[in-house]
Amino acid sequence: MDEEDTRDYNEPCVQCSDVNWGLTDEGKFYCKSCHNVIERTKEVLVSDVIPNTKIQSISKGLRKRKKIDKGWEWYVCEGFQYILKKQAEALQKLGVCPRMKDEILCSFWRRYLQKSKQAYCPRPVNDTPQELVVSDSATDVDSEPERVSSFDLSSFSGSDIDVQTERSFGQISSVDKTSETMSVHSGSIDGSSYLRKRRKENVRMSMPMTLSFCYMALLWLKEPMTLSDLLRFVAEGHIPYINAFQYFPEEIKLYGLDLRIFRVESWPKYEDVHNKMLELATFLDLPRFPAITDSCFLHPDMLCIKYLMEANLPDELHSWTCRVVKKTGVGEADFLTLDAENKSARKVNYDVISVAIIIVVLKLLLLLNDQYEWVLSNFAEERNKKNKEGRLWFDFRKWYKVVKKSVDIEQKKLDEERARCLWKCEKPLFYSAKQKAVALKRRQMIQSLQRQFDALTDSPQVTEKQSPSSFQLSWDEENPDGSCFHGHSLEGFLQEKCNLHRPMNPEYWLCTVKLCNKKICGHLAHYKEGDFSKSYQFILNLFSFLLRVDVSLIHEEVCLIEHKLFSARLHKSKKKSKPKKVEIPKGPGNTG
Amino acid sequence: MIGTLRSLARNKHGLPLLVGQSRPVGPRHFRPGGVRDWFILLLPAAEGMDGFVEQPAPREEWGSLAPSIHLPLLPCLLHHPVTRGPKETEFQKTKEACLNYIQDALLQNQWQRAAEFMISYLEILETSTVSKRKTAPELLCQAIWRIGTEILLHHSKSNIEELNYFTERMKNLGVKYYLKVCLEHIFYLLCNGLIDEAYQNLTLAESWRYGEQTAAQNDELKLIQAYKGLLDYYNWSKKREAMLELDEENFTDSSEQEMHNFFRQAAVNLKEIIKIPGVWDPFVVSYVDLLEFYGDFDEAREVLTEYAYNSKFPPNPNAHAYLYHFLKRRGESKKSLVSVLKILHKTVPSHELMLEFYTMLKKSKKDKKRRLGLEVIFEVLDFAGWKENVKAWSCLAEQIKQILDNSNKHLDWVKEEWNSRKDWWPAFHFSHYLAKRNWQENEKLAYEKALLAGILLGKDCKYYKYVLHQGCKAKKKRFQTLKKFVKKHNSAYLRITACSDSSTHL
Repeated sequence: MDEEDTRDYNEPCVQCSDVNWGLTDEGKFYCKSCHNVIERTKEVLVSDVIPNTKIQSISKGLRKRKKIDKGWEWYVCEGFQYILKKQAEALQKLGVCPRMKDEILCSFWRRYLQKSKQAYCPRPVNDTPQELVVSDSATDVDSEPERVSSFDLSSFSGSDIDVQTERSFGQISSVDKTSETMSVHSGSIDGSSYLRKRRKENVRMSMPMTLSFCYMALLWLKEPMTLSDLLRFVAEGHIPYINAFQYFPEEIKLYGLDLRIFRVESWPKYEDVHNKMLELATFLDLPRFPAITDSCFLHPDMLCIKYLMEANLPDELHSWTCRVVKKTGVGEADFLTLDAENKSARKVNYDVISVAIIIVVLKLLLLLNDQYEWVLSNFAEERNKKNKEGRLWFDFRKWYKVVKKSVDIEQKKLDEERARCLWKCEKPLFYSAKQKAVALKRRQMIQSLQRQFDALTDSPQVTEKQSPSSFQLSWDEENPDGSCFHGHSLEGFLQEKCNLHRPMNPEYWLCTVKLCNKKICGHLAHYKEGDFSKSYQFILNLFSFLLRVDVSLIHEEVCLIEHKLFSARLHKSKKKSKPKKVEIPKGPGNTG
Repeated sequence: MIGTLRSLARNKHGLPLLVGQSRPVGPRHFRPGGVRDWFILLLPAAEGMDGFVEQPAPREEWGSLAPSIHLPLLPCLLHHPVTRGPKETEFQKTKEACLNYIQDALLQNQWQRAAEFMISYLEILETSTVSKRKTAPELLCQAIWRIGTEILLHHSKSNIEELNYFTERMKNLGVKYYLKVCLEHIFYLLCNGLIDEAYQNLTLAESWRYGEQTAAQNDELKLIQAYKGLLDYYNWSKKREAMLELDEENFTDSSEQEMHNFFRQAAVNLKEIIKIPGVWDPFVVSYVDLLEFYGDFDEAREVLTEYAYNSKFPPNPNAHAYLYHFLKRRGESKKSLVSVLKILHKTVPSHELMLEFYTMLKKSKKDKKRRLGLEVIFEVLDFAGWKENVKAWSCLAEQIKQILDNSNKHLDWVKEEWNSRKDWWPAFHFSHYLAKRNWQENEKLAYEKALLAGILLGKDCKYYKYVLHQGCKAKKKRFQTLKKFVKKHNSAYLRITACSDSSTHL
């Protein structure tokens, strides 16, 4: 083959002056003697065009393929739309209400496009990048109103999704002339301008933003999935996020600046996604979200049950968490419900607040000053030794040992899993067409090496996905070794007086006396490990592991709850008046 | 118990008392960032404190006036702590963690585990942006090559094919160390007896051309060529064996031609490598063998002399040994042989050729050379490796006997040699334990050593006494003569010790 193609080229090689030409895989000429690749390429007669391609392109509507890489003309927001669709589908597979995708998320997305003037408006911003305006008088401005009318407001779903979404952003003829020059910067049409322009009032789409969209939709539906759950599912690979671009159709080509938009090299951050969600809700001008009442999963009373179970703490603590919720007022629907307009009570991390409540309760009962809880443990241990019948008293020391052990194991497992995680997908990304060959070759190389090492390991698929679960730690009540503390009683910590159950522990310590100013400081409180007792650190770390959020985030929330709980006293003590009597009625039932 | 706890509960309310100060209160007045800023700002000034601070004049009375504070100068350019900048992505963090896991697994010989993590670590080759890379891509490739090879060498499921496959991939991956990979792979093949495959690989590697990279790896290329020469020599010597086995008539011209071809190829490459300063023992030996076979003795001598005496080459005892053997084969004069060994003796007094050296010296008529002979044989026995060498011991015994018989003419030589050894030789050579062991294991050795012990340490020496006792018990005639001999030369012992004592007192 090579001889045939190179026969006619008899120039000596520049490097070694030999006439011995061969063809590379890409059809380039190279010198067989010194491996020097030259600019000359094989001349191919393009006669064998498959007739089907033409039919396909017709069926795809008016979209024209770019000459360079035969990809479609596409907009960045279309890419995000694909990702959102995939994420919504994955969430549905996890059991989320089917309304989420087509009703909620879809309408949020449309509203976003409209608000950010990318579509559903008379003159989408996409159409007027400067390059385009300069380009040609042929830019068909007149066709724009038509496009708006052609918007198909039907749902995301359906087999004809491609056609619909394309049509809704269909750049019919206006970009043809410039597409080639622009493609140097990015695969998408507006990739380069997308990163450049930053309007203050605009909220720009980004990969974490897709999760903010999902979370917002979940919140709207009051789905029983917290943000930490959502992010955990993302990290476990149940929801597409890393390499989400691999679900794009073949014709959507990514390169250049698109990579900066769609390539993910970090896990989504809890606070980042949450803040973006709030920003988005404001931007979209959403009405008040459906109220979160005490029957909702996201209500602290409910979430506390979940986290008490997961942390292997006695069920009885729930009545105490409910009391704290009631006293601090964090269970109020007004406090919990997201309302973009009500700025004062906007930021509620349902999972973190529930965990903080549990921690405050533990501090109330056990003090957690590295002394008192161990004294109580000694009492409980002795008592449990003596009275083998009836309910066991909760023994903090034993609980610590059991939980610490399994958390350490799980943490180790998690760390290893993270290290084993594969970040790259089959479809390699490359910055420009020039790098395509290199990137593909490197990808192939890595894959073949991976296969080789994979063949060495006979363990059945290490990377196999775990089935998604809301719980990371589970404690079997039937387990005879007594590692489950759910049924243990709190009797040892309580005393009865005047028909009131109250903790025996007479003291309390505040994590901080004064909260910082969030606007100035960025945080309400600051966590420095050495400042706090070991028990407190352990409990913070335990919940930080369960929620996979930063320890300081939980600590901050604990400070906040404490200040709400003791607000009356804190203010009173300033005024040097008597502390107000706080009554806690007997029995958990009365707390409501 | 609960009562005591209850008594602790002094307040009447359900909620516990608020004790703010019982715990350290969260940092509220300062922000970590802010504090650090100041700290760093002051740091450069603190370093140059001596130069900046005006020393307050010493005051005699401290209480009279409060000393004024002299603030140090702040540096003109304030260094702000760099908190922003390209952050490490989690992709990189996880890959780093992955590398740590691999290292741990390798250290603990958990090849399976290392291979598992390797699957994930390989992705680091796809690190997206150059600026974010901590290490250069070549280093990454090298790391992967090294780790991968290590795993494949040890993993129970791995085999030669796997390693060949992996090596091919690695050659493609890193052109900057292409020849290094080739070379190591060739070593691996040679270790596994795959000579032909190794030869093929050498030929391929030799003809590898990749622009500037070929020039950059010139050293490796030379090694490749040298090893190719060595394998050519190997083939040549196989042919030679075949030829020697066959009659001359059966040995056809063609095979002789083939053999000569091998010779030519080998000679060219071997000659090249031994020009470079270094230790090239197998190459030199092979080359000399070739030259000798074809009768080019001058060239061989030149090569060996150069190898032994060129000061640019690292000191190499073998070089002298090779030269000595060559000269011996050529039947050179004793003088030249002695001069070679003399140099060798200076660098390696425990060399195995030293006995030969000694034999040559003792035959000499010159006192000076015989004196050197005594020195050589004493020095040989300073080394643990010679401790039980009967030949060395009998040489020494013979030499001393000769001196004693020769009317003690050169007894002062013995004295001088013994003087530096009398502190440690008794424990090193003549202990009671060694007497027992030598007697059990090697009677001849025990006899020679006992003779020396008797003369050098007197007849009260434990070693001498034990061996003599055992020997007499076994009614060996030899030991009777030994006893007589030692008795006869007791005076010599006294002279040796007396002399040495006086010398120590000096």
